[in-house]
Amino acid sequence: MNAPVQMRKPKETGVPENKKYLHPLLAKNYGNWKYHDRPRPGVLHHVARSGDEVWTVRAGTQRQMDIHTIRTLCDIADNFAEGRVRFTIRSNIEFMVSEEKKVAPLIAELEKHGFPVGGTGNSITMIAHTQGWLHCDIPGTDASGVVKALMDELVVEFKREEMPNRVHLSTSCCEINCGGQADIAIIVQHTKPPVINHDQVANVCERPTVVARCPVAAIRPAMVNGKPSLEIDESKCMCCGACYPPCPPMQINDPENSKLAIWVGGKNSNARGKPTFMKMVASGLPNNAPRWPEVAAAVKNILAVYKADARPWERMADWIDRIGWPRFFEKTGLPFTKYLIDDWRGSRSNLNASTHIRF
Amino acid sequence: MAKKLHDTPNLDELEKGEWPSFVTGLKRLAKDKDIAVDLLGQLEASYKTRKGYWKGGTVGVFGYGGGVIPRFTELKNEDGTPKFKDAAEFHTLRIMPPPGMHYDTATLRQFCDIWDKYGSGLVAMHGQSGDIMFQGCTTENVQKAFDEFNEMGFDLGGAGPALRTSMSCVGAARCEQSCYDEAQAMRSVINSFLDDLHRPSLPYKVKFKFSGCPNDCMNAIQRSDIAIIGTWRDNIQTDEALAKKWFAKHGMDELVNDVVSRCPTKTFQVKEIKKVKAGEHISSVAVSDTHAVEINNQDCVRCMHCVNVMTGALAPGKDRGASVLVGGKSHLKIGGLMGTVVIPFMKLDTEEDVEKLVDFGQRHIDFFAENALEHERSGEMIERIGMANYLDAMEIDVDPAMISSPRMNPYVRTDGWDAEVAKINAKKQAA
Repeated sequence: MNAPVQMRKPKETGVPENKKYLHPLLAKNYGNWKYHDRPRPGVLHHVARSGDEVWTVRAGTQRQMDIHTIRTLCDIADNFAEGRVRFTIRSNIEFMVSEEKKVAPLIAELEKHGFPVGGTGNSITMIAHTQGWLHCDIPGTDASGVVKALMDELVVEFKREEMPNRVHLSTSCCEINCGGQADIAIIVQHTKPPVINHDQVANVCERPTVVARCPVAAIRPAMVNGKPSLEIDESKCMCCGACYPPCPPMQINDPENSKLAIWVGGKNSNARGKPTFMKMVASGLPNNAPRWPEVAAAVKNILAVYKADARPWERMADWIDRIGWPRFFEKTGLPFTKYLIDDWRGSRSNLNASTHIRF
Repeated sequence: MAKKLHDTPNLDELEKGEWPSFVTGLKRLAKDKDIAVDLLGQLEASYKTRKGYWKGGTVGVFGYGGGVIPRFTELKNEDGTPKFKDAAEFHTLRIMPPPGMHYDTATLRQFCDIWDKYGSGLVAMHGQSGDIMFQGCTTENVQKAFDEFNEMGFDLGGAGPALRTSMSCVGAARCEQSCYDEAQAMRSVINSFLDDLHRPSLPYKVKFKFSGCPNDCMNAIQRSDIAIIGTWRDNIQTDEALAKKWFAKHGMDELVNDVVSRCPTKTFQVKEIKKVKAGEHISSVAVSDTHAVEINNQDCVRCMHCVNVMTGALAPGKDRGASVLVGGKSHLKIGGLMGTVVIPFMKLDTEEDVEKLVDFGQRHIDFFAENALEHERSGEMIERIGMANYLDAMEIDVDPAMISSPRMNPYVRTDGWDAEVAKINAKKQAA
């Protein structure tokens, strides 16, 4: 008889300590920073109360990186910076250096290897995104590809600080919206109810769970062709796709009918007004791989109008708050359809309960 | 040398343009990894048909219930064999990074070596939850890769109905707006609940996120069940040299239009120096020989705008800590919810202070585990049971800082009113 295989027990160490990874000046001045400024786009200059100064150079990455790219970034960090890096929430990489003279050669080396330097201040920074066809089990579209195609169009504004305020973008491959809130978000919007493979439902899906998952109670158990399955009241279904993750035989993704919607005005910061959720302003855009030109055109149009019309420090939400929604639709040329009038819970608070009307 | 590349006319289009291309990266991996060759094949198929071809399953490491995202291909030949056999298993290991996502290059290179040996070589820095995502591993290699990452001092992140990996901003390490030690708070909280992180057994996911100031760079308010957002109670600090430097560069138009007029409570004023008030709650600083700014801090909501515009000239106060907001989440199932205030202010200076935050987290998780319905997030649970009931369970006193307005309908039974008033008065007297 074989002896039982001794499995290695995990070391439940949790979140690692970050002190040993900090740039020495960051560790030394931890919690004691005085102010910062930005000598040029892509560079932050922080001054500590001790008088120490540190320069940070920020560069864009493709987020989904191959190990060769990461090793190249490490080579740059070792040879042109000081061996310490960090990543931002939007997958930009930052190199910290203790001397101003190291900034220019570091930037040159990054650009030589194709990493755009920017993403600071009033720029359009890298797009927060998800996994898409590359790795998700429920995606309506790709993530990395959409982002790559869009950033090719927006990279000029990544490298400048010429927008009214910072611009955060996100993309999401289904209506769950893992990409999150942003000034402009691109999110899959399904337009047809799921197509059910009744042969598989009983084997694959826990039916009560699926019934409970539907936000509008449109799913009910049913016998179909002599097998226990589920059926959908298509007059109730609003095609959100919430049933698809717990029940893959309820296919919601459709090459033609899964469209892309554009949302604007999300803001997480408390600066000026309170944080805001983004609002849907366009839908029906085609899921046109590999470069999604219709989406890129729509996003660029909104950005161009915002850039031309917003005042300094106005985020997308602040700008729309000032000019009003009628003017937003007028200036962007986007059609205002009945689908943009909210009818979900709490929707009356999204109607105009006043005579505040701009003419 | 790996096998021959599949034709990928769609993906090839994503090698054009200036932004770094993940396709070019995948092709570099495909030079010596068959798994990358076949991943490109499957991804190209998705681009052609506009459909995804991954399904989940059950893959993990010994001792844990979560942290690995299993992916098996659904693209099969008629005989049931995978069309792209070398990427038929393409699992992800979620690994928790250090707070603030700081690294030295030796650590990153070691990650690369391990992932070269056991995985596809594809790494996302970082996923939306905040993990390093090592993407593309066979079932057989998951344990081996994890063991080596674990020996380096790194641990798996959360997945499924569990406590999830957290995120904190760069914070105290490099930001003058930081109002508490985000990294310490994050480690203390998350590492207290590792059992709930590694062994999914909650009704649904629970996320904590840590932002050092109200700019909330981690989007904590919109996407975490418990958002810990730095703030301060005392007066905004000023620095006359930096204020004058700012004004010399930007002038009166920008001071008025970009700062004064954008203050949400209009508490920020510009005045002739001789008219500036003094007082316990007033911050003021000269910007020129004739003019100064004056802030009545009692009317300041700590929005950060003036501090952001005039960084260094203005700064958060010295009595720093955090506000705790509960219930943020994204769309499913009832629509997006913001976190709302549950603890208006708590200090996070000492270990005892942080222990109080951990204690609150423990009570929240326990209550959530007992009371949430399956697949219900904290915000949905609170909407269902009412905030007052939630606060009661958390043993937190009500506070008008928790609301944007009092009740706007009469539909509440108030026969306990006098008793509540008596309780509040008794507490006041005891204090």
